[in-house]
Amino acid sequence: MDWQTLATQLFPGGHDITERDNFLSGSAQVDAQAVDVIGTTGHVPIGIEIALAQAQAILKTVQTNPGRPILILVDTQGQRLRHRDEMLGINSYMAHLGKCVDLARRKGHTVIGLVYDQALSGGFITSGLIASACFALPQATIRVMGLPAMARITKVPEERLSELARDNPVFAPGPENYLRMGGLHGIWEHDLAGELARALRECGAEDERMALGHARGGRMLAHPVAQAVRTGSDVRPA
Amino acid sequence: MSSYLELTARQRIPAIFDSGSFEEFLPPSSRVASPHLAQLDAPVSFDDGVVVGRGLLGGQVVFGAAQEGGFMGGAVGEVHGAKLVGMLRRAVDEGAQAVLLLLESGGVRLHEANAGLIAVSEVMRAMLDAREAGIPVIAVIGGSNGCFGGMGISARCANTVIMSEEGRLAMSGPEVIETANGVEEFDSRDRALVWRTTGGKHRYLLGDCQVLVPDDTAAFRAAALQAIADVAAGGAQLTLEDLLAEQGMLARRLADTEGLAEPMDVWKGLGIPDPAGVPMLEAEAFMALAARHRLDYRPAPQAAAQPATPTGEQ
Repeated sequence: MDWQTLATQLFPGGHDITERDNFLSGSAQVDAQAVDVIGTTGHVPIGIEIALAQAQAILKTVQTNPGRPILILVDTQGQRLRHRDEMLGINSYMAHLGKCVDLARRKGHTVIGLVYDQALSGGFITSGLIASACFALPQATIRVMGLPAMARITKVPEERLSELARDNPVFAPGPENYLRMGGLHGIWEHDLAGELARALRECGAEDERMALGHARGGRMLAHPVAQAVRTGSDVRPA
Repeated sequence: MSSYLELTARQRIPAIFDSGSFEEFLPPSSRVASPHLAQLDAPVSFDDGVVVGRGLLGGQVVFGAAQEGGFMGGAVGEVHGAKLVGMLRRAVDEGAQAVLLLLESGGVRLHEANAGLIAVSEVMRAMLDAREAGIPVIAVIGGSNGCFGGMGISARCANTVIMSEEGRLAMSGPEVIETANGVEEFDSRDRALVWRTTGGKHRYLLGDCQVLVPDDTAAFRAAALQAIADVAAGGAQLTLEDLLAEQGMLARRLADTEGLAEPMDVWKGLGIPDPAGVPMLEAEAFMALAARHRLDYRPAPQAAAQPATPTGEQ
């Protein structure tokens, strides 16, 4: 879905989001409440400039609109794979973006991520995955890599991976799998405006994704292992 | 001198922490291994490639982790990530005086890609939760596998990054970039270029790492102690002022390096008179040079405390 159509469905009350070099920013109304919006479009690779632009927009919200919720619209093919980005420390730019999201949340801004098209690894980890809660549209693509590339690297035949992927969400791309593992809080099928309003009302500040992944049967060891380490007990069978 | 580079994770812990003080959480005897690797008939490890626990550092209660580069390159899977998160949360519960992360990782473990990706984001949030609780979080990078991918991002969520010249810190590895965009974009076999792009000296000059030490376990330990003291004195929490300053630093870095593609040109732009000579400089000469030219928005930490040297030679 293109971002204009998405914005129209998310914000029937109106918005002033603009696009500049695949970077989205603006504000909108949700139930008479103002929300600031940042994001990317055109499956743009996240390089150092666009990571910094997103960070700047979040810091601006923190400074000028204390407490206002932030919606991050995610569409990226992943981190930009260029020598210059690595030379200048793209990991620092990504970390900076993640820290800005984290600071906003701690200062009382609810931060919601929405994968409306593509989300891949490096571009996703410091946007949607560090928000207070992350959602996706059903047709979104979410992955670290596709099965053919995974087969090459792990030296496991692709047919075997496809077979495993049917039961184990760890191996296969797609929002349903991320939902089962707790990486997504929900998938928004209809009434995007209503879903967003509800997410803003119900969103908590704690990171409960391990427990979600356990309850949904998609990530059975993370929660018990973390709990065992935390409490000094043994891992109880799932 | 005792090299840190070639040590295993299990050798690094006693080399850095006070002797005999480290208690491991969920040790290998608990036999908690990755359930996903077994399904792929890949070898598993009963610590899933990471040691986590609590020990003493200079008598202070410091929680710690060490990633094992020899097992799947230190990559983060479901169990590996959960151990890090559990340790960080326990550090908050118990009011640790610091957390020390001995990082060596290629990032997300591709054999369990989706779980690894979510896990790394959980590690980042748990690190920032520890900082919010006032606990200094210190990252150490000096292993032969470097610190890449999501763990390269996580490292920069710590208060302080300590590196050796041999340590490497970046996001996508040179092979990944070469595969995606060709050998003319990044020649992964050009070891000198890889080092200039990701190595400790470059990261220190740019301000991506705050402390550079020789490849020596005693030097890493002394730097960790100093970093904990410095962070404790200044406050571990992330603040708006810090992030505004970092925003400014990263924006200036972009502006100052416009059009540059070679790390030596970046060093030249910092005012270093003989960039080609930087790789050959010994630690002491490099630090003296770097002190005049490196970028960092933060006030320079005090020089690492030197033990009073016996004066026999003087």
